[in-house]
Amino acid sequence: MALTSGRRRVRRRRAVGRLPAVILGVGLLIWTLLPIYNMLLIALSDDGDEYTGAIWPDDWNWHSFQVVWTQDYWYLEHFWHQLGNSLYMSVATMLLTVLIGSLASFALGRMRLRNGWIVTDFALLTYVLPTAFLAIPFVHLMHVYGLTDSLWSVIAAEVTFATPYAILILHQYGKLIPMELDEAARIDGASPVQVYLRIYLPLMAPALVAVGVYALLLAWNEYLYQYLLISSPRNTTVAVAIDQFFDSDEAPWNYMMATAMVYSLPPIAIYFVLRRFMVAGLTMGGVK
Amino acid sequence: MSSSQQVVGFRPPTAFSRLWPAPWFGGLQGSDTAWAIAFVVPYVAIFAAFVIYPTVYGLWMGSDPSLYSLLFSDPRYLTTLVNTLLFVAIGVNVKMFLAFLLSGFFMSRSWWVRSLLAIYLLPWALPGLTVFLSIHYMLVTEWGLLDSLWRAVTGEDGPLFLVSTPIAMAANIVSYIWKWMPFWTLIFLASRMAIPQDIYEAAEIDGATGYRRLVHVTFPLLANVYLICTLLSTVWTLGDFPTVYFVSGGAPARLTDVLATYGFHEAFDFGYPNLGVAAMMSALPILIPLVILLMRRIRVTGVQL
Repeated sequence: MALTSGRRRVRRRRAVGRLPAVILGVGLLIWTLLPIYNMLLIALSDDGDEYTGAIWPDDWNWHSFQVVWTQDYWYLEHFWHQLGNSLYMSVATMLLTVLIGSLASFALGRMRLRNGWIVTDFALLTYVLPTAFLAIPFVHLMHVYGLTDSLWSVIAAEVTFATPYAILILHQYGKLIPMELDEAARIDGASPVQVYLRIYLPLMAPALVAVGVYALLLAWNEYLYQYLLISSPRNTTVAVAIDQFFDSDEAPWNYMMATAMVYSLPPIAIYFVLRRFMVAGLTMGGVK
Repeated sequence: MSSSQQVVGFRPPTAFSRLWPAPWFGGLQGSDTAWAIAFVVPYVAIFAAFVIYPTVYGLWMGSDPSLYSLLFSDPRYLTTLVNTLLFVAIGVNVKMFLAFLLSGFFMSRSWWVRSLLAIYLLPWALPGLTVFLSIHYMLVTEWGLLDSLWRAVTGEDGPLFLVSTPIAMAANIVSYIWKWMPFWTLIFLASRMAIPQDIYEAAEIDGATGYRRLVHVTFPLLANVYLICTLLSTVWTLGDFPTVYFVSGGAPARLTDVLATYGFHEAFDFGYPNLGVAAMMSALPILIPLVILLMRRIRVTGVQL
């Protein structure tokens, strides 16, 4: 009898001790999900009915998602094409970043190219600088290169800003792979290209995934350069299309938020599937 | 890059030299050097074409001194400067401090804290565009979600957030913290996990528990990481564009612009690209010393980006 009440007291004390943590946890959950919930709330409302002051959707009206799906509104008439553009641009950025970054980090970190530190330092400098500062000259630049209104101008910009991080992380991760492997392959007569393809790339796979996901999300989530460098509705990406809703007097905010919701789904999916690689990318070379 | 997800790992400086690999047979020779150069060429080409060229061109665009007298005669520009300082000083420091504290909370191994971490990190993966627009809609009319919640709780009408300059500015800063705090929490979490457990055990024997452990053990060990992260975040945030562009949109009456949005409007809405570049370049007197300090700290401490 005395024993059970004592045990109960301990349990109660433990529960009370955990209470602040639970309150903090619930607070963080609401804090994190509120803007995402708001997006859904507006997307689920009727046309012209976005602002009734409801906290909970009265009826689950999936009409705006249907409009997005069937491109049934004039701002959305190229929706699928634009989604394809976003995807094309992001995947191209990912592949180019992984390719260029891994080649450079192989030459700098493994082959130890003389004076390679200059390149590493420039990469670090590019990584550190805010990208928006180059936006205005970039517009002029793309005229000079003849890439106006082309997805490739955006890809060039995203690759420029993603490769420095790729080089730094791959350089870092490469130090964990024993140099003797390269040397053994060299003694067996492998050329630098073969060492890169057969030894470096396979062993670097986790880091390459981390860098690839980073570049993919960087390109998908970026807005400024996509807006500035592409002008025609068919060539543009979903990010720019979403913002164009602001030009309308009708302000169909439910369609806009439905589009935003659809546009946010791929990053969410990638995050939940590849979270481990993304987090590892952050701590690579650091925490072993 | 403030508009992207990046990273700082932590490693004690001693490990640095030990892990540095030996060169290929004591240095590259002949065709190997040619190969190595060929491997670096793509990146160097991109760097020259898309970093050096626009930088030089930008410097040239903003080189006319009369642009700066024009800027400083614009009262909106002075407001923008003050806003940028507030945005960076409050946003970065509050975010970093909270992220540091929260990283301690997320050290817990219990299942619900771990699941919470997975959700808590979502803002990091989401496009700034969509979440900031959603926040904009929570604030822009009196029928937004925040006002509805306010009405549900107090029974009275809530404030019109984007009509008042201080509230609109605060909304920008809070949204910025919402988007970027998770990322830095993760960085601090990784750094905390790298601290060997025996240091804590030794500290516990010496009587350091609870907040003393935080102040006298954890914080000194993470001080370098904290400093570098703060510097890095400061530099990125100085050029932050999407937060203010979408959340307040400069409302009311362009009184909450920061340098990046001000430069954007000057260049593309009013058609003065040179003035826009000059506005952004006016951050260089702060930016350059910060970058030099940052690069030096990174090299000295062995904290790795």
